[in-house]
Amino acid sequence: MSCALLLLLTSLALAMGTGAAVEIQRPRGVPQSKRQFYEENKPFTCLDGSSTIPFDRVNDDYCDCRDGSDEPGTAACPNGSFHCSNAGFRPAFIPSSRINDGICDCCDTTDEYNSGATCQNTCREMGRKERESLQIMAEITKEGFLLKQQLIHEAKRGQEDKQVKQKELIRMEKDKTRMAEAFLELDDDSDGYVSVAELQSHLELDPDSDGSLTETETQGLLGGEGKVDTSTFETVWSIIKDQYLSEVSTYVMKTYTPQEEQSRDFVSDHDSDHYPEDYAGEEEDVEDDEEDDHEEEEEKVVGNPHIGGEGPELGYRSLIYGPECIWVCRNLEKEIGFDFGPSAEFAYLYSQCYELSTSEYIYRLCPFNRVSQKPKFGGSETNLGLWGQWAGPEDNLYSMMKYDHGQGCWQGPNRSTTVKLTCGKETVVTSTSEPSRCEYLMEFTTPAVCQEPASLDEVLHGHTEL
Amino acid sequence: MISNYIIFYILLWLAVFLSGTWAVDRGNFKTCDQSAFCKRQRALKPGQSPYRALLETLELTNTKLTLQLINDNNKVRLLLELYRLQGNMTRVKINELKPLKPRFEVPDVLINDPPTEPLSLLSQDENGVVLSLGADSQWLIVSAKPFRLDIMEGREVLLSLNSRGLLAFEHLRIRKDTAEWVLNVVCPGWLFSPTGPSSISLDFSLPGVEHVYGIPEHADSLKLKTTDGGDPYRLFNLDVFQYELFNPMALYGAIPVMLSHSAQRTMGIFWLNAAETWVDISSNTAGKTVFGQMLDYVQGSSETPQTDVRWISESGIIDVFIMLGPTPTDVFSQYASLTGTQAFPPLSALAYHQCRWNYNDQEDVAAVDQGFDEHDIPYDFIWLDIEHTDGKRYFTWDPHKFPQPKDMLQGLMDKRRKMVTIVDPHIKVDSSYKIHNEIRSKGFYVKNKDGGDYEGWCWPGNSGYPDFTNPEMRAWWASMFAYDQYAGSMENMYTWNDMNEPSVFNGPEVTMHKDALHGNWENRDLHNLYGLYVQMATAEGLIERSGGVERPFVLTRAFFAGSQRYGAVWTGDNTAEWEHLKISIPMCLSLGLVGVSFCGADVGGFFKSPSTELLVRWYQTGAYQPFFRAHAHLDTPRREPWLFGPENTALIREAVRQRYALLPYWYQLFYHAHHSGQPVMRPLWVEYPQDTATFSMDDQFLLGRDLLVHPVTEEGGRGVTAYLPGKGEVWFDVHTFQKHNGAQNLYIPVTISSIPVFQRGGSIIPRKARVRRSSSCMEHDPYTLFVALSPKRFAQGELYIDDGHTFNFDKQKQFIHRRLSFANKALSSRNLAPGSQFITPSWIEKIVILGASKPSKATLKTPDGKENLLEFEFDASMSVLTLRKPGVNAGVDWTVVLQ
Repeated sequence: MSCALLLLLTSLALAMGTGAAVEIQRPRGVPQSKRQFYEENKPFTCLDGSSTIPFDRVNDDYCDCRDGSDEPGTAACPNGSFHCSNAGFRPAFIPSSRINDGICDCCDTTDEYNSGATCQNTCREMGRKERESLQIMAEITKEGFLLKQQLIHEAKRGQEDKQVKQKELIRMEKDKTRMAEAFLELDDDSDGYVSVAELQSHLELDPDSDGSLTETETQGLLGGEGKVDTSTFETVWSIIKDQYLSEVSTYVMKTYTPQEEQSRDFVSDHDSDHYPEDYAGEEEDVEDDEEDDHEEEEEKVVGNPHIGGEGPELGYRSLIYGPECIWVCRNLEKEIGFDFGPSAEFAYLYSQCYELSTSEYIYRLCPFNRVSQKPKFGGSETNLGLWGQWAGPEDNLYSMMKYDHGQGCWQGPNRSTTVKLTCGKETVVTSTSEPSRCEYLMEFTTPAVCQEPASLDEVLHGHTEL
Repeated sequence: MISNYIIFYILLWLAVFLSGTWAVDRGNFKTCDQSAFCKRQRALKPGQSPYRALLETLELTNTKLTLQLINDNNKVRLLLELYRLQGNMTRVKINELKPLKPRFEVPDVLINDPPTEPLSLLSQDENGVVLSLGADSQWLIVSAKPFRLDIMEGREVLLSLNSRGLLAFEHLRIRKDTAEWVLNVVCPGWLFSPTGPSSISLDFSLPGVEHVYGIPEHADSLKLKTTDGGDPYRLFNLDVFQYELFNPMALYGAIPVMLSHSAQRTMGIFWLNAAETWVDISSNTAGKTVFGQMLDYVQGSSETPQTDVRWISESGIIDVFIMLGPTPTDVFSQYASLTGTQAFPPLSALAYHQCRWNYNDQEDVAAVDQGFDEHDIPYDFIWLDIEHTDGKRYFTWDPHKFPQPKDMLQGLMDKRRKMVTIVDPHIKVDSSYKIHNEIRSKGFYVKNKDGGDYEGWCWPGNSGYPDFTNPEMRAWWASMFAYDQYAGSMENMYTWNDMNEPSVFNGPEVTMHKDALHGNWENRDLHNLYGLYVQMATAEGLIERSGGVERPFVLTRAFFAGSQRYGAVWTGDNTAEWEHLKISIPMCLSLGLVGVSFCGADVGGFFKSPSTELLVRWYQTGAYQPFFRAHAHLDTPRREPWLFGPENTALIREAVRQRYALLPYWYQLFYHAHHSGQPVMRPLWVEYPQDTATFSMDDQFLLGRDLLVHPVTEEGGRGVTAYLPGKGEVWFDVHTFQKHNGAQNLYIPVTISSIPVFQRGGSIIPRKARVRRSSSCMEHDPYTLFVALSPKRFAQGELYIDDGHTFNFDKQKQFIHRRLSFANKALSSRNLAPGSQFITPSWIEKIVILGASKPSKATLKTPDGKENLLEFEFDASMSVLTLRKPGVNAGVDWTVVLQ
């Protein structure tokens, strides 16, 4: 019973002594915001309204209110909470069960007023430390955010470059195809040469536009030769391609075109300039193919970029693009297909790898590709997961990456890795762990997740009471 | 001879490897047919015993009767010793009169040489002798030809020995029987004893008995089944991988004690033998239908029911203690007087334990600890499994994962929490490992038959096995737990002994070769004792490191009779399946009946991953079982309580909080278990011995006398039918306070949050309503008393308080033990232990009286003569009277009078 006296505290003596009691007293454990409900000498009504009790039963170490509101400063109510002001740091609520349990929970020591525990007031120290670390964080965020802008800029340029490059590649390949078609068309006798006679029928090529293409004119077009083979024809083609009219273009294409392709957008494709737009449709197809055998393909790519054994569609494409293009184009397509973040700020991670060496293993993160683990002292590499998807919470999707379908575990699941991204100036893997068997966690810092810094003042002063 | 052994070993190793040492199944463990001695003994059918008592050799002294028996077939003589023991017990010892070499007699299990009472000879003729067993008109009749013993009370036979003629004693011989040897090669694991077969057997008949219990450890029902047509129950400590349920296969521990029970009497048979043992049970009513039994009853015809039991052991002697009851309580006391009582654990060990194979590193430990606080779930102990060590070298730490163990332990201590680390008895053979070097240089390892150190495979790879049967070895082992020996240990770190059957991955049946030598004795003779010794030495180490002040806490997987003195036991590597949740009840009940109260099963199931519902139900069940620890296999997904969404976190939190609130009652029950050997978790029949409806019940249980628990163990359970015993009694639902009549099957609709628990009308249970983050934090908290009135408006209970962790309660009588009683509208607290003293700051916060009527006033009277009016609330709909804040200290006399 005697402790009840202790309980109704607050610096009553101090307040009376100074006479300058601007601050209105409140019972132990009550936050400023609820002060008005605890009026001394007036009956107290439980905050849930369930009952009304004399004020001397507030904080008398017996739970009268169902919601625990009569005992904000004791451990009497199982569902109560205690408010520590923590001047110098940030205020907090702790469960009532932590009052006088011998463990210092509030940095201002107010939770341990009768347990014999010796607590030090650490609020100022914690506040200082927090401010320091917030400051450091803020600086990192600031610099990181600048770096991020750069990354976004580079990514944009990179993306444009890639698109231009892709367009250019396609254009070149298309041109080559037309050239080949023209050559075949022109080489009437199929002797592997285009002769003056064979070219002469194309009046549209007449340099002086007098309605006739003379032998000399024709020979001029052929670089002074009587006939040219395929390699020399390239030079000829560059001169004539703008004027050249195909004789049988539709016929030639039909022989190579699968039905469904034709029904789509092929015709317009062939003679128009909106190729990039149409191309978008094809890109999806490619993506679909790839998802099935991601890893397998990766292997192939490394071993031999000039892939053989394509299906009918690919065969057709190889004719259009030329085999050399396939690898480049597909990679370009794939890269463009990744979700590199709202402003492509993660694009710079693509085709990079980052390593972390621990006591036993070297961990390797290749963003958008795979995570692996290799024993430091010999032994083969273990696949800890292939790129799956962004896996952060709804409001922060790009804060986590998920890599799954790694090597299987004995009697367990396939290995998988979650990569947690935090803001940092540098791009580096900072830690790895295996919290559950075969489920890895990797921490990774990158400027790409740095948010626009809030004003530092706001960060530092937003939370402290007093 | 030597070449024979080499061939034998090759065959053995081949057999073991071909069968796969790890993916063990039923086929890797022996049936009786595959165990040569069991097969031989079982081939012997009931009939006329070849043994005859030589009455002329009878000698009667103050303490015992001795008598020679002769086998008329081979003329080998046995020596029978009969003792009348204090406390209504009879001891029967039979050994060879002149064995070729001494036969093994089990040491260190009995707590003393059991005190005897004189036997007196009542009559003697050429057919036998009649001895008086003291009071209660009990007689012991020794019949000469054929030899048999009958214990009578009045005209009633309580128990007969060798009445079916199955006494068999394979006397030691110089070995010449090679056929036997060949048989054993075919059945690897049976290594031949140098002196030939040495098995023993004896039968017991129990007239009037239909229910027998005990002989753990088996994953089977509480009531033992008859073994006709199947295998006998096997007692042989084994590391069984993914054990199956509902069969008599041996498991990790063995306690050769069987209880028999009928509405008239409870008795016990303690077969003190540590060798591989098989127990056959048959019953003359087992095959009968209920209708058939009823017909017998109505017609008054037929024989009385009878259970026949037969014990077979591979070596040693016959040394049987017959505990004559007559009540269950008497049998528990009798057994406790022989092998001791349950160690009184530190209070915190009764709280919740969080374990996993493995918490990976210090950061992981800190994060899990933090997780409990973040989710406001109490826990007291976090456990580290084998991965915490430096390469499975016990007493060491992995230098990368646990570089600063003391910092970690200090962090836990700051939260008033504790840790358990695992210390297994297989020692890595590694010349740079101090523990190994010392054991080797001191010659403390178990030896192989050729005298070299016995080695086998276990977690660390090639391992030696310290000879724990050697007292010097045990003393040395104990000294390794000193704070300056076990680097990184602190006073809040306790110990777990696993794999102490012992487990030997490449050994026969995953255990030690039977011809491995412990001094002069073969493992064959004392196999089942090894685990007990490991725990004994470890517990001794924890006591010594504190200078004898602190109570130890040691968990063991293997055990034997007497293991209760050293700590806790768990049911080993169970599985995350509903059936395994259910079996945890009979498995712990069986252990409780034979002395081991501190029992639990891995909450959630060790192997596989539980569904969320199963996990929640397991927490709810485990919260009401004595040893409450969650554990999980390395390869299972994490399952800390907060990983299954806020709703399930809340359900688990609530179950754990119920446990913590009830800790004062748990502690009191363990004090009684320690004091008088009464089990903490009890089958209903123990308290309702005449209620035959309770005799086979094992889906519900009692905690002490006063709480009845019927956990929900069915998937998707919508309701349970609990049997509330006691005609004329009442039970109160502890959550709703609703009153129910006894002697009825009560259907209780349940939701996922339900844990059906009832308090007996007539009892008083102390709780601490202020659940905090660990039990230590609650030490000085006030008590709430739950007074459940009987229909006669009477109730009685106790309150036990001490410091919670030292031996001062025993050595200095520093404790509070009070009788709480409600009678004549007054509740009072009186001292039950006048010689004791202890000061507690705890006080009485609240008194809740169930089944009360509304008083006009309530007055608290304290010893200083003061009287205070107490405020109260009365809930008329449930008849619950709540007295507000008596505020009186829990250690003083007081009375509350209702008017």
